[in-house]
Amino acid sequence: MTAPLIEVRGVGQQFRVRAGLLAKPKRVVAVDGVSLQLKAGDVLGVVGESGCGKSTLAKIILGLLEPTAGEVLIDGKRLASLDRKERARLIQPVFQDPFSSLNPRRRVRDVVSLPLVAQGGMSTPEVNRRVDEMLARVGLDPSMADRLPAHLSGGQRQRVAIARALVLRPRIVVCDEPTSALDVSVQAQILNLLAELRREFGLSYLFISHNLAVVEHVASEVAVMYLGRIVEQNQAAALFRDPRHPYTKALLASVLTPEPDLGLPETGLGDAMPDPANVPPGCRFHPRCPIAIERCSQEAPATQRNGPNLVECHLAAPA
Amino acid sequence: MTALLEVQGLDISFGGLTAVRGASLEVNRGETHCLVGESGCGKSVTALAMMGLLPGNAVRRAETLRFDGGDLRGLSEKEMSRLRGDRMAMIFQEPMTSLNPAYTVGSQMAEVMLRHRGGSRRAAMDRAAELLARVRITSPGMRLGQYPHQLSGGLRQRVMIAMALMCDPELLIADEPTTALDVTVQAQILRLLADLQKDLGLAILLITHDLGVVARTAHRVSVMYAGEVVESSPVRTLFSRPMHPYTRGLLSCVPVPGKIRPGEPLGSIPGMVPQVTERFEGCAFRQRCSLMRPDCAGPITRHRLGVDHAYLCQIPPEEMARS
Repeated sequence: MTAPLIEVRGVGQQFRVRAGLLAKPKRVVAVDGVSLQLKAGDVLGVVGESGCGKSTLAKIILGLLEPTAGEVLIDGKRLASLDRKERARLIQPVFQDPFSSLNPRRRVRDVVSLPLVAQGGMSTPEVNRRVDEMLARVGLDPSMADRLPAHLSGGQRQRVAIARALVLRPRIVVCDEPTSALDVSVQAQILNLLAELRREFGLSYLFISHNLAVVEHVASEVAVMYLGRIVEQNQAAALFRDPRHPYTKALLASVLTPEPDLGLPETGLGDAMPDPANVPPGCRFHPRCPIAIERCSQEAPATQRNGPNLVECHLAAPA
Repeated sequence: MTALLEVQGLDISFGGLTAVRGASLEVNRGETHCLVGESGCGKSVTALAMMGLLPGNAVRRAETLRFDGGDLRGLSEKEMSRLRGDRMAMIFQEPMTSLNPAYTVGSQMAEVMLRHRGGSRRAAMDRAAELLARVRITSPGMRLGQYPHQLSGGLRQRVMIAMALMCDPELLIADEPTTALDVTVQAQILRLLADLQKDLGLAILLITHDLGVVARTAHRVSVMYAGEVVESSPVRTLFSRPMHPYTRGLLSCVPVPGKIRPGEPLGSIPGMVPQVTERFEGCAFRQRCSLMRPDCAGPITRHRLGVDHAYLCQIPPEEMARS
């Protein structure tokens, strides 16, 4: 068996945050003991609400943030041991907001060529040739190359971000909410493009999103995060067909599919919003859990595994 | 029954650019009317026009603009502001920008009451506490003394809703009220609005880009494209028998479990929304439409199916049903 492309081992991330000048610093637990693997050719979806740690996890995997615990292996090598150039050839990001993730003063050509130039050793005509080729591949007209990001639509900007991510032909792309800022018709175009590029270039995606319908559409495997931990993981089809964890169930029930006969769901979740600065004892989901028992507030549930299905809950077993 | 809010032939323009063209819609008591469309289609501007909140450089014309039978067109700013927050209220997408960070929740809520109805501050605070409980905020007494930044996004939106309800409005205009919220909170807030509607007989005009929200909350839907209402119908009809090519395209873009298999390409609409000037003629969607024909550049017909389904397109229903 080949080594997974990404292996995350017991990764944790804590921040110390001061709420005010005289306040005692608070400990914010963004990610806590997360382990997961991305196999070659897969799309691993990571879902969860804001503050669940999914974007922090993405930053750790991209090497933009050094975890306070655990380690990340990319293609079998420790992420910390890779230099920036090596890392850039393996793994690239596409972020949510193409309005803020592109330098407003650089023309499209400069944005997309930067990764190639930073690698060094490539002639200018060769750089230009590759940039033109990639712009064409993501569906941008050659005339766009000399425009500034401000002169592009949201969808075009996200195409630029994708071209920049792929110009080095990396093996992994970390997509952090890549379509959340876009209109539905543009979202569909970008999702279709990402799917085509994945097949064409043999890419693997780590796909982070709060939109479960989108994740169900693109992912082969899904990890559900809650307050810094993966509370359930499974192959995508199985997870959506047979969710085990009460949080996964509530999350899936909350998705408003365009089916007028279904009406509005009752999530069963209370008002106790998750706060990473104040992680509850025991199972961290228990204050919102509709089926919690006393044990849930005292004892953290162990990780249960059965094949691809992982569940962390006292009251649910893996499928 | 006459509609609570009645709009016909609404035009709004900014400089030479047209934001809304001939939009018509009605909202009845106890009914949610969803105005759906993508960014820039004119849905928010339409809502602002009804509240008399358009920016100074906007020009508004309407054949009909009536609230509870009364003409809104000739009202002075003073008369409009008496209606706003009282008989018609509005909530916005981002509660953080519509709440004043320098005042407590209680004093902001009380101000609405004092301004429109007078009475004592004490009574206004009691009313505020009652409404916080009504929108299912626990320990309302404590929340009254808190500042907006001390609340989560979901709580802030509940506060906004409670504040909108202070004077028992008849019409609530909600502009993307759950777009900034997590899905679980979105479901809770929309349920709350539906329950309040049932109890209070509220008419709700809900503006959204999310077809899932439309499907689950609307009674009636109007689809906007480039400033025009291109299709309007009861909610079930829109999803089971969409007629306008834009509505059809929009529906095909949304991944629906069970309808589109994972990995299969989603439908998409090629091209971009055109800029529409005052002299624009014909169907604004024609350049992106696979059914375009020469007469799409001329005046467009509004076809009607039965009493409550209409769409703006040259292709008649019999022909459209076959495509």
